[in-house]
Amino acid sequence: MKINLYSGFLIGLLACVFVSCDLGTTGNVVNVYSHRHYPIDQELFSEFERETGIRVNVVSATADELITRLELEGERSPADLLITVDAGNLHKAKTAGLLQSVSSSKVEEVVPPRLRDSENYWFAYTYRARAIAFAPDRIDAATISTYEKLARLDLGARVVMRSSENPYNQSLMASIVAHLGSEQATEWCRGLTGNFARNPRGNDRDQIKAVAAGQADVTVCNTYYVAKLGESPNAEEREVFNKIEVLFPNQQDRGTHINISGVGVTRHAPNKDNAVKMLEFLISAPVQHRLSVENHEYPVRDDVELSPYLELWGEFLIDTLSLEKLGEFNAPAVRIMDECGWM
Amino acid sequence: MWLDVSKLTEAIGRIKNLRVFRVINPWTTFAFLCAALIAVPLVTILYYLLEGPSETWHHLADTVLLTYVLNSIFLVVGVSALSLLFGVSTAWLVSTNTFYGRSFFEWALILPLAVPTYIVAIAYAGIFDYTGPLQQFSRSLGLEFGPNFFEIVNLQGVMVIMSFVLYPYVYVLCRAWFANQSSKLLESGRILGSSPTRTFFTLALPVARPALVAGTSLVMMEVLNDYGAVKYFGVNTLTTGIFRSWFSLGDISAAIYMCGVLMLVVFLLLGLEKWQRGKAKYDFDRSGGKPLTRYNPTTTKKVLATIWCSIPLLLGFVFPVLMLINWYMISDTGIMDPAFATLVGNSFSLAATTAVLGVAVAVLLIYSIKLYPFWVMRILGKFAILGYSIPGAVIAVGIMIPLLYLDNRLIQYLEYFLGPQAGLLLTGSLVGLVFAYLVRFLAVGYFPVESAFRKTSDQYLGASRVLGIVPARTLFKIYFPLIRTGILSGILLLFVDVMKELPLTLIMRPFNFNTLATRAFELASDEMVAEAAAPSLVIILTGILPIILLSKLVSGKK
Repeated sequence: MKINLYSGFLIGLLACVFVSCDLGTTGNVVNVYSHRHYPIDQELFSEFERETGIRVNVVSATADELITRLELEGERSPADLLITVDAGNLHKAKTAGLLQSVSSSKVEEVVPPRLRDSENYWFAYTYRARAIAFAPDRIDAATISTYEKLARLDLGARVVMRSSENPYNQSLMASIVAHLGSEQATEWCRGLTGNFARNPRGNDRDQIKAVAAGQADVTVCNTYYVAKLGESPNAEEREVFNKIEVLFPNQQDRGTHINISGVGVTRHAPNKDNAVKMLEFLISAPVQHRLSVENHEYPVRDDVELSPYLELWGEFLIDTLSLEKLGEFNAPAVRIMDECGWM
Repeated sequence: MWLDVSKLTEAIGRIKNLRVFRVINPWTTFAFLCAALIAVPLVTILYYLLEGPSETWHHLADTVLLTYVLNSIFLVVGVSALSLLFGVSTAWLVSTNTFYGRSFFEWALILPLAVPTYIVAIAYAGIFDYTGPLQQFSRSLGLEFGPNFFEIVNLQGVMVIMSFVLYPYVYVLCRAWFANQSSKLLESGRILGSSPTRTFFTLALPVARPALVAGTSLVMMEVLNDYGAVKYFGVNTLTTGIFRSWFSLGDISAAIYMCGVLMLVVFLLLGLEKWQRGKAKYDFDRSGGKPLTRYNPTTTKKVLATIWCSIPLLLGFVFPVLMLINWYMISDTGIMDPAFATLVGNSFSLAATTAVLGVAVAVLLIYSIKLYPFWVMRILGKFAILGYSIPGAVIAVGIMIPLLYLDNRLIQYLEYFLGPQAGLLLTGSLVGLVFAYLVRFLAVGYFPVESAFRKTSDQYLGASRVLGIVPARTLFKIYFPLIRTGILSGILLLFVDVMKELPLTLIMRPFNFNTLATRAFELASDEMVAEAAAPSLVIILTGILPIILLSKLVSGKK
């Protein structure tokens, strides 16, 4: 009798698993490979489902993993859209032949040319500045007003940065290579790593906290992480926000380096029409508004209200460099970081 | 006629009578198939290793490989040493002494096993964080420490943290050893007038070597397998190297070379112990005898023992769990959220399926070895449980490649029947994932079932054969009820291990599929630590239940 109970249980379990195994990657769906895992994304996708009746399937992983997966799956990939938090990775996907060019008058109308691929393989739908956060009581803003100044010998060991594996840092480095050339960029990198107050570790918020804690006086971080600290449910984190200030570097010359959350339609997208609908949805005014107000990202539309934090920091000059260059110079950038011992 | 038919028939008959052919039957074939499937990842890796290294591998070997290897070895050695210190000392105290809370510690000291290392690491990063409770508290007292005083997010930090999670492997095995296997020896020592300290160092410790080695090997495997904790702490090891080579550098062959180096480290460690042990034999009394009469030390010593046993329990379980509960309170994760329910459902059904399948395979495998106890079969059995010593990331790489190949073959036929929408069938499917789990965790279900089988008599086999009952019926009617406890333990242990698994699941999980473990790690990596608390706590809670149950089972048997 026991055995029958056991086997009944077993069969029931197996049935459950194989029913849930119905992957549902076909039909009226759009399949998204995403490196963004913010709670707001899930809400937006649900809203898209309600509005259009198209089901959204999401695979979340890092961009590297998703790109590898797209390569492995080849023309059989179920993916329709690739979303990354970095332009470099979109460029990497484009050159690997994983994306396709999309013509949508709506997208072209809304997204300014410098925030999209020149051949329309991918588009930004929000951007963030890689700004400088510093402790105003310990360091003079004028001594750190450019990325270049962070590498100066007379600054001393007062900088904290996260690991060079992080795509935001790789893209920042790529922008430096693009602007200054390999040789000077290597010198910059050497100077910067020489000014590290500790070995790279932790995430963006950890760097900001390290500045607030006095482990260092200055760091480079994405703007919206600062805003997230400002509205944290943890009072201590809000205190961190009050202790630091944000500065947009290189305002007198080329502008502050930015990076994007971007999206591209995959080369073999089985549901291309739905994918384009999703693109247009992401840049629609209500969605852009929510991304800015709730997640503190800069919208690509100029007709939506900004989050109070973004209002507080005001307008800034954006680096004129084409975002494609971030992908193009990624490999030399990583090599230079390896050489300079930026861990 | 030029061909003598009768001679031919005779020849065929002779061939058929060869021993090899006499033992080809469903049972032996099954054992062979199991071993063959388990061998898939290893063969894949060997095959690619022979193909020669790629450009990227040369670059890695020139720049970062040495750091990876040294970090891995540092972790393995450090964590093993600390686990031995805490595992052996607590096991000795609990099994041979009386002190306050002894019977509580007896099972509570296993609790850290319920918590995956990466979750403890995430919790500790939070505890020691600038805005974490420790620094807040010290600031509120007006204490001033240097800015680097609370820095634990580094190699040494992750080593200490891992030790407090992994010591139970040593503890469990040593406790059983001290309490049962060597009790007669220890009693003899006492009768001959040896002090407790002397008994411990000169008798108990040397004789317990097999338990120490078994426990420490499990610790080492876990350390080399870990991806989450080292990744979160920014420590580069061979396991993170596999991820980096494959995903960041996009070079699968470099990843395989990294796997090769990692396997080399594993085999070196295993070989080292064999070589060092030499010809020494560790015979022990399987019958166990009666449990040891416990020492009754002075009150001061009892208090000290209580404090000592509390340390690993507090550090490995209580503090991190409290931190997670705190995070859970401040985050607004809805447990009743359907998305969360899906996550729980995914983890549970995956773990249950693997557990039941794994134990079923183990039972059949062990039974077929029992039926046909040739050396080949025994080797097949040993081979099938090798997966436990292979890190999850290596297994994932070794399975993904043949699966993709198979898929690309299969798809040509499928498209013919199903049209172009057929898609990839095996890669990134639950079947592939469960298969990978089976390869990795078969040993977890195998050992309890095997030890249950060992306690049964072989005479049932002969008896039922004489009565003309087929082996399958004997298994179900006779052996099944006898090995029930073993089966239950196997299922529970496997269940927990699958719930906790991270690196393999990260690589192999299907489309649109997250488990509690992958979600918790993702959230924490994306700087949403508080939101990661809910899935982490569910993993821990489900992990605790089997531990308590098993502990009851073990003590019940005594």
